[in-house]
Amino acid sequence: MHAFDYAAPKTLDEAVSLLTQQNGQARVLSGGTDLLAQLKEGKGAPALVVDIKHIPNLMAYACDARQGLTLGAGVPCHSINGDSSIRQLYPALLDSSSLIGGTQIQGRATIGGNLCNSSPAADSTPNLIVHEAVAHVTGPAGDRTIPVAEFCTGPGSNVLKSGELLVSVHLPAPAAGFGAAYLRFIPRNEMDIAVVGAGVSVVLSGNRIQKGIVSLGAVAPVPLLVEEAGAALAGQDISDALFARIGQIAEEAARPISDMRGTIPQRKHLAGVLTRRALQKAIDRARAA
Amino acid sequence: MTTSSQYKILGSRPPRPDGVDKVTGRAVYGNDTLLPGMLYGHIVRSPHAHARIVAIDTSKAEALPGVRAVVTGADLPSLADKMEDLGKGVANLRYSSNNILADDKALYDGHAVAAVAAVDLGTAATAAGLIEVTYEVLPPVMDVHQAMADDAPILLSDLRTDELGESLEGETNVASHFCHARGNLDAGFATADVVIEREYNTATVHQGYVEPHAATALWNADDRIDIWCSTQGAFAARSQTAIILQKPVSEISVTPTEIGGGFGGKIPVYVEPVAALLSRKAGHRPVKIAMSRADVIKATGPTSGSYVKVKMGATHDGVITAAQAMLAYEAGAYPGSPVPSASRVVLAPYKVENVQVDGYDVLVNKPKASPYRAPGGTNAAFASESVVDELARAVGMDPLEFRLQNAVVEGDRQANGLPFGRIGYMETLQTAIDHPHYATPLEGAFRGRGVAAGYWMNWGGKSSVSASVDADGSISLLEGSTDIGGSRASIAMQLAESLDIPYEQVKAQVVGTDLVGYTDLTGGSRTTAITGMAAYNLGQSLRAEMARRAAELMEVDADTIQYEEGVFSSNGTRVTFNEVAEKAHAHGAPIVGTGTAAPDQWGAAFGLHIVDLEVDPETGKIKILRYTALQNVGKAVHPSYVEGQMQGGVAQGIGWAINEEYVYGDDGTLLNASLLDYRMPTSLDLPMIETTLIEVPWPDHPYGVRGCGETPIVPPAGAIANALHDALGVRMEELPMSPGKVLERIWAQQAA
Amino acid sequence: MSNKIVVNSTINGEPQVFLCEARQTALEVIRETLGLTGSKEGCGNGNCGACNIILDGVLVNSCLVLAPELEGRAVLTIEGVADTCAEADLHPIQQKYLEHAALQCGICTPGFIVSTKALLDENPNPTEGDVRLWLAGNLCRCTGYDKIVRAVLDSADAMSA
Repeated sequence: MHAFDYAAPKTLDEAVSLLTQQNGQARVLSGGTDLLAQLKEGKGAPALVVDIKHIPNLMAYACDARQGLTLGAGVPCHSINGDSSIRQLYPALLDSSSLIGGTQIQGRATIGGNLCNSSPAADSTPNLIVHEAVAHVTGPAGDRTIPVAEFCTGPGSNVLKSGELLVSVHLPAPAAGFGAAYLRFIPRNEMDIAVVGAGVSVVLSGNRIQKGIVSLGAVAPVPLLVEEAGAALAGQDISDALFARIGQIAEEAARPISDMRGTIPQRKHLAGVLTRRALQKAIDRARAA
Repeated sequence: MTTSSQYKILGSRPPRPDGVDKVTGRAVYGNDTLLPGMLYGHIVRSPHAHARIVAIDTSKAEALPGVRAVVTGADLPSLADKMEDLGKGVANLRYSSNNILADDKALYDGHAVAAVAAVDLGTAATAAGLIEVTYEVLPPVMDVHQAMADDAPILLSDLRTDELGESLEGETNVASHFCHARGNLDAGFATADVVIEREYNTATVHQGYVEPHAATALWNADDRIDIWCSTQGAFAARSQTAIILQKPVSEISVTPTEIGGGFGGKIPVYVEPVAALLSRKAGHRPVKIAMSRADVIKATGPTSGSYVKVKMGATHDGVITAAQAMLAYEAGAYPGSPVPSASRVVLAPYKVENVQVDGYDVLVNKPKASPYRAPGGTNAAFASESVVDELARAVGMDPLEFRLQNAVVEGDRQANGLPFGRIGYMETLQTAIDHPHYATPLEGAFRGRGVAAGYWMNWGGKSSVSASVDADGSISLLEGSTDIGGSRASIAMQLAESLDIPYEQVKAQVVGTDLVGYTDLTGGSRTTAITGMAAYNLGQSLRAEMARRAAELMEVDADTIQYEEGVFSSNGTRVTFNEVAEKAHAHGAPIVGTGTAAPDQWGAAFGLHIVDLEVDPETGKIKILRYTALQNVGKAVHPSYVEGQMQGGVAQGIGWAINEEYVYGDDGTLLNASLLDYRMPTSLDLPMIETTLIEVPWPDHPYGVRGCGETPIVPPAGAIANALHDALGVRMEELPMSPGKVLERIWAQQAA
Repeated sequence: MSNKIVVNSTINGEPQVFLCEARQTALEVIRETLGLTGSKEGCGNGNCGACNIILDGVLVNSCLVLAPELEGRAVLTIEGVADTCAEADLHPIQQKYLEHAALQCGICTPGFIVSTKALLDENPNPTEGDVRLWLAGNLCRCTGYDKIVRAVLDSADAMSA
């Protein structure tokens, strides 16, 4: 790795100050599972690496049936997977936190880092989107809140400005009848980048979907919120025809590229398949809740 | 078949001598060498698949504080063309040298062009980044079809095709074409009722050992070179290094470290001569070079991508009447693909009198192919076992019964005319037919069962061992065979068996080139069989000497001595092996011995695999449900390690079949040089792998041992392709059968 | 060469002070500075698990941890595993890997044993599926995992007996 300095601020103010001073030449270190891999490949040559894991509120999370889940940017997946209240209230979140890398990656990797890395194939971002999560950000100009669906702006880029960093993501309290799921397709059964990822959430009332959200990963420059799918789900009774229609919408919404991990036809097709499957799983969870 | 009761030690499962070191982290591997004053090396590699090297400017790197030496190809002695047999194939030594550090051209993405030694890893990496190489980029050639085209760009302007032994005129990328033929092909096909002809393409794959190549070299002020490295053969590493550096072997000593997997890929040297050059230039300080994973994938290994065409004919009664195969294998940047050995595998299991096999060794802009477990066999058997499955179905026979009906037996001749020895293939097939796996019906949608056979001829080579008898009767056994999977134990077991003493009394260790007689590398599934044979011979010699000493002690004639279970006896008097050792230590000369083996013949291994799988018809993804590998392994010295060889080979074969491949961009650069995107199977991708060991002994080995490690990688791709057809009715004619490709075939089937 | 940082940490129960550059990984320091070469580098980017260590009770890839991050933290490497079990010379996991012939070349073995310890610390009675999922980030190229999975399941039995 290129030589750099290391700082481990203990407060957010200190972190913002360090990032601001470096004027874009600093990188935030959370779990490091993307950052270090990138620096080793020579992608980026920061002058300073700012380790945020000594800032107490970035390492904290709170999960509550009324307040929802606030997840500090430095909380590793391992902590999420082991928390019974998250497991109970947000089982779908574990669909992502328990499949990002292997066990030892999950010991370090964070949902916040996954969001800030802003890969189109990020495994937790579509999941956050279908949970209607928002990102809390702080920076030299103060705090601001951004819907996760609007956070990423392109492969590896996002709305964070120079000096800004992610503080936490907040998932609202699940409504009655809420269920969600995230599925991805990979060639192996672990340790792969998603060829396609699909997140779906529903709010069920009996056999009727009051509200639905669909989000796709790895089929566009950013994780996609498929608004047409949400519109097509709202107020509809569950039926085979509905599944087919939602799958079709997802397939059409996907605008992937062909690369070594998948082709355009394969990805469009998988977007439909996974959306249908995730919809079923979300419905099953809503019914079980 | 032999039974385990025939032996006291063979067939048992004792712990390995190196076991505790390996589970506690104490074992020293290639990158674990830490020497006083050691420098760290870093290699600069071409980012282009095919380029002329116009200039290399090392001045900025040399000026960096902490840098001690920089070398390029110009620092290597220039070598005239010379063919050398390195144990597993003939190589042109000039090409070997150019592969270590490029000469005038870089021939693949990752080709080494320069190297630097510095005081620490970070400085070495920074210095490597300061070396400026000017390239003139040339168009790359990325597969055999492109390479054999008339207007193909040429990799080596001096290469001429060896066409059936004659050198052809004109520039080419085809290094050689050979042909094995017997009988009358046209007549054979004319008598067939069914003829199947298919073409197959397979991707380039890597051995995937978890330990990257690493070596430490000290070029001392007395001009002697010491090398500590992870290698499949210390003597092979020494001879290659000696040639590349133009030094006599007597001035080079290679000490093998523990080795973290090789599968053939750690037969060639890559970093050893470079570390030595750096050491000399850095004022005789030791230099360690450890490759990164990307270096390993880009610049070592791979085994050939290939194009294989197979045509076979059979009568309605299921008798194969003729068979023809054409194999074109990627050699990589320099001649020497495994197409010769592939040609011996492709039709091996079948008794056929009218046969022809053509092989082509073809250069492409990829790393020079190195051996990989049954080199070339998997590609070849994928093709031929797929065709055989189609033939069996076409004549309405069970695929195992079809194989049984056409199976080769002792005395049958191969395509190259050589007769098989005692192979035990019939016994293997019969055991498969009777196996509970095959007898259990497979139920469920999108599920299928496939079978495939596999063959590997194995290798004999030469081995040496030596030993001394300690005062307490224990034996210190020194061997030159690299131990990659427990061979210290299996060789010590054969020595203990031959001495009729407990296994625990033998202490085995692998030593370097100065400490034991010449030993060929660990490859060709030879080590347990042939070094074991040397250990047997050593045991016989030690036993004779111990008997002579016992006779002296008992004051009897040596001819009257009997020996059993560690006790020498004669006419009612007795003395134990350990007492003889103790007395010999107190009085008289030490007891030492040597044993060697260099057999003319050795045992081959046939196997048969059965696989059940399920396909997700919406994604094309294959899930392996059940896998059984059956094989004639000869006498299984340490059955756990034999099972392990079979399970490991199957796992590699499954990876090759389903997901593993080199993915190149249009410019010939490798896109997936990481273990994230070069997808080897994880624990979640495999089921338990059942093994059935069939022990038909090899008659020329004192214990009937034959090699067993390579055959298991040969059948999986064919078996999986056949099972996929059984599940979906889709025939895959390329490897890997990755989900995207299977999905495309499903779509094509739906469209048809 | 850039500025060196003094780091205080606990390695296998012993307090350790070392100097490092910010850009050095925990793996590099553990191996090259502290001489604990049992942790292996198989890939350098978190895809093989050969470098696994337990950091404050959590399984991580040491190749993806910066050395200065070890300040004030406790590291368990393969060299310390046996000492976590006072009753025997080897940890039962190590013993079971040997008994089941769960290693061939052995290069991945330290990572597997460290991972197995972390698994059994969290889940003393795993199913085969649990074991395969937990170990999916540890690559072994020699064994096909069969004997490893059996060794882990048998370790769990032995430790809960």
